[in-house]
Amino acid sequence: MVFQQLLLSRPCCQNPALLTTTDICRPLTIPSLHLRKRQSCWSRRSLKIFAFFGLTTPPYKLDALEPYMSREALEMHWGVHHRDYVDSLNKQLENNDPIYGYTMEQMVKFTYNSGNPLPEFNNVSEVWNHDFFWESMQPEGGKTPSGGVLQQIEKDFGSFEKFREEFVEAALTFFGSGWVWLVLKTQEKRLAVVKTSNAVNPLCVGDIPIINLDMWEHAYYHDYKDNRVKYVNIFMNHLVSWNAATGRMARAESFVNLGEPRIPVV
Amino acid sequence: MALRSLLSKRTLGLGFGQVRGLVTFSLPDLPYDYSALEPAISGEIMHLHHQKHHQTYVTNYNKALEQLDDAMAKGDAPAVVKLQSAIKFNGGGHINHSIFWENLIPTHEGGGEPPKGSLGWAIDMHFGSFEVLLQKMNTEGAALQGSGWVWLGLDKDLKKLVVETTANQDPLVTKGASLVPLLGIDVWEHAYYLQYKNVRPDYLKNIWKVINWKYASELYEKESP
Repeated sequence: MVFQQLLLSRPCCQNPALLTTTDICRPLTIPSLHLRKRQSCWSRRSLKIFAFFGLTTPPYKLDALEPYMSREALEMHWGVHHRDYVDSLNKQLENNDPIYGYTMEQMVKFTYNSGNPLPEFNNVSEVWNHDFFWESMQPEGGKTPSGGVLQQIEKDFGSFEKFREEFVEAALTFFGSGWVWLVLKTQEKRLAVVKTSNAVNPLCVGDIPIINLDMWEHAYYHDYKDNRVKYVNIFMNHLVSWNAATGRMARAESFVNLGEPRIPVV
Repeated sequence: MALRSLLSKRTLGLGFGQVRGLVTFSLPDLPYDYSALEPAISGEIMHLHHQKHHQTYVTNYNKALEQLDDAMAKGDAPAVVKLQSAIKFNGGGHINHSIFWENLIPTHEGGGEPPKGSLGWAIDMHFGSFEVLLQKMNTEGAALQGSGWVWLGLDKDLKKLVVETTANQDPLVTKGASLVPLLGIDVWEHAYYLQYKNVRPDYLKNIWKVINWKYASELYEKESP
């Protein structure tokens, strides 16, 4: 989910280019080789290497979710909002930040600081939440889950319809910005629907997220203006990726004892 | 579109009626056209903000108050307590937006003109200068995580001006019972997204061109001890 890239920083030379995932296809040039042709101002002693977070691309083309989520909406939401969070996070980590080097999940839990969030929390958590969100959707999504995931939902909610109702109601009863989640509660060993405000994430309380839905206004305003009801229903009917949920549940089973494993791993 | 009729006692236009003894609130009219605040705020945003968002707060506020009335009549204490968050949110939304429409005025009608008189003097005294106040409000507004409001308030007890932020639809009084909201700026995404996308600082920079300092000045003079 997280992509770390190497970046060479040389003190006397021009600004290093920040590699993005799209740059992977281009041949990697090592600038030092060009320097040998001229007076080298490159001192081996002052070479520093930083690793930064890059913006992960959604696992589908930006127009693949049309007509339910437009290409323009994704270009804004992913290309601008999500990218801004990544850039802001990198800027914070640059300044000898003590949490530099942690993984995303570690940083989310650590910077949440039991409800007294550190300055990096908002950026870290929003980057994580959005990564999770793109992967919680797929083209031709929606419909119903099958197999072990469906069985677990029926066990914990009574029926898929009851779960859907609860999820939609949670999404529509927000008092501000936030996210709606289907989580696997580690203590209670069952699935549940939770709402979190602003950037908060179920990882902060030790639960395992399975699916999420962005209920910040920027997520739906472009396509649906203030019509949240339509947005949430379209997400459930056409966008949510039960494939992703199955994979995440299979992984979650290794951490939470749900009895005899029923969710297929393959 | 409709011109608000002038009342002898200037109110916020909170506008309420009474049905079967229960007070209901209604959407106040805007004192200017939807497109009158362009280019600072687009007509499309004003229309959606007023007709959809504010109307929803009014509708849900009335619904919550009706449910509260029922719960109180039945003596259902848990239900009364449970309704408090809906009342605070929707009621706060109604109050805040009612103030907001008064805080705005087209540029050609005086929008953006810095306050003179006692409010102008108080701003210089408490903040140093008018520009410093704007800078402070812009910084606080931009830094607010998620949804909320940034306010210029008068603390009646301490007799000074303050800049405060509130989350979601919390009215300014939640930050202090003696605070009077002189000026509020909505920094929920719906207030600027269609025009400014995620660049909240640009919205904050431009909104000053349509701020109604005359309203803030009059309110300040009235409430100043």
